[in-house]
Amino acid sequence: MNHSSDQSGRLPAAFLRPGSSSFTEFVREYSPDVLPAARTLPAGALPGGGPGAGQAPHATTIVAIVFADGVVMAGDRRATAGPVIAQRDITKVFQTDEHSCAGIAGVAGLAVEMIRLFQVELEHFEKLEGTLMSFEGKANRLSTMIRGNLGLAMQGLAVVPLFAGYDLDAGRGRIVGYDVTGGRSEEHDHHTVGSGSVFARGALKKLYRPGMDEAQTVRVALEALWDAADDDSATGGPDLLRKIWPVVGVVTAAGFRKVPDAELEPVVEAVVAGRRGNPGGNPGITGQEA
Amino acid sequence: MSVPFYVSPEQLMKDKADYARKGIARGRAVVVVACADGIVFASENASRALHKISEIYDRVAFAAVGKYNEFENLRVAGVRYADVRGYSYDRSDVTARGLANAYAQTLGAIFTTESKPYEVEIVVAEVGRTPETDQVYRLTYDGSVADEHGFVAMGGSAEQITAKLRERWAPGLSLSAALRLAVEALGSDAAAEAAGQGPRPIAADQLEVAVLDRTRERRTFRRLTGPTLAGLLDPQG
Repeated sequence: MNHSSDQSGRLPAAFLRPGSSSFTEFVREYSPDVLPAARTLPAGALPGGGPGAGQAPHATTIVAIVFADGVVMAGDRRATAGPVIAQRDITKVFQTDEHSCAGIAGVAGLAVEMIRLFQVELEHFEKLEGTLMSFEGKANRLSTMIRGNLGLAMQGLAVVPLFAGYDLDAGRGRIVGYDVTGGRSEEHDHHTVGSGSVFARGALKKLYRPGMDEAQTVRVALEALWDAADDDSATGGPDLLRKIWPVVGVVTAAGFRKVPDAELEPVVEAVVAGRRGNPGGNPGITGQEA
Repeated sequence: MSVPFYVSPEQLMKDKADYARKGIARGRAVVVVACADGIVFASENASRALHKISEIYDRVAFAAVGKYNEFENLRVAGVRYADVRGYSYDRSDVTARGLANAYAQTLGAIFTTESKPYEVEIVVAEVGRTPETDQVYRLTYDGSVADEHGFVAMGGSAEQITAKLRERWAPGLSLSAALRLAVEALGSDAAAEAAGQGPRPIAADQLEVAVLDRTRERRTFRRLTGPTLAGLLDPQG
């Protein structure tokens, strides 16, 4: 931002020029140094010594589940650097606009920055155009951003988000998964990303039922996170000691809602109670079994 | 060689100011009214797409009268200013005061250096945590800034409308009361005065209404349309 305003304090000419509704495109021309994509890293491992050295915080489990009124997304809270727990209460599920959210897997620092830029991108478009961006449009913008990070991904600093939201045009919850090159694919019913995703996916396959309500879906998401945390060292379970619960977001036609901790606590306690003496859990938790 | 006409700087500025004022007075008015829950913006505007009132950032909104392409240009610049600033620093570093200063410098420079001044008048408002911390800045075509309290009217018949607001506005109005006052004031324009029958009614579908809602988190700007607007305009509601 070395040329954010000239000597007179008036708005720079670039601000008054007609142009794109994309924040990223505007900033790339006006002040590229604030964008994350401008950086390149030297080849080789990150410097440092001691446990966890040379590794940026990463690893995660994010689950997203479509339900009758929209979509639920939940993520654990652990950030690891090698064998070390770098942070116990990191947030990995973010509201990205009124009707969408994204969960991040991969290198935490870069992922959080990407989501921050994505949030501004959506909001900027909405304000300039006076209309909401379509669900497809949002999913594609995120693709472009992941592609922009490909150079760093090739050096081991990958970011793979999971995008979910309520498509106002289609009138339903939708989930979009990505690969490291920005390739996107629509996922049906449910999807998971991160190091614990294989375990969470197994749980979802057994617990998911079409047409579940919000409470049932939140419960299923927490069960799946539990299974991921049970088998993946880089995924944190609910921290009963410190009262750190997973971050759970619900998106419906009415918008995004973060499920408050007070509401989550009894559900987490029910999950834990259900596992006591029975680590595999009860497959009947959605209450829909015949 | 012909001798160029001499026009005194005084005359030049006066002509420009008259020109801009005439342009602004031709359009429909916009009113901004502070209330207990936030700041209400209202304008008579049948267009659903060409807005006179817009969101700039979390707690900052923009309202304008005059020439559409000129204030639209300023609006876009304001959104870019806010988003670049909020992204480079922090969301809390975007303030109405900063934006109003940038607009003032820009309008001032255009007024003095360009042959045709902008025919616009704008309001930059920021909703605070309490009504006392609300900030409303009114900027005119020549870059002058005024720090307003309570209410502002600009555009056509601004004087009649301001008189109505001055008579009726009080601190601590509810959202619904502030909105009804705003619409009544908009209807108390020169046309209504000439007819001599009190304020003319304005139908809900002819109104563009938005609010910076103090009670909301993060993005406080919200457009009021359809049944929500009709409900708020209903004196029983």
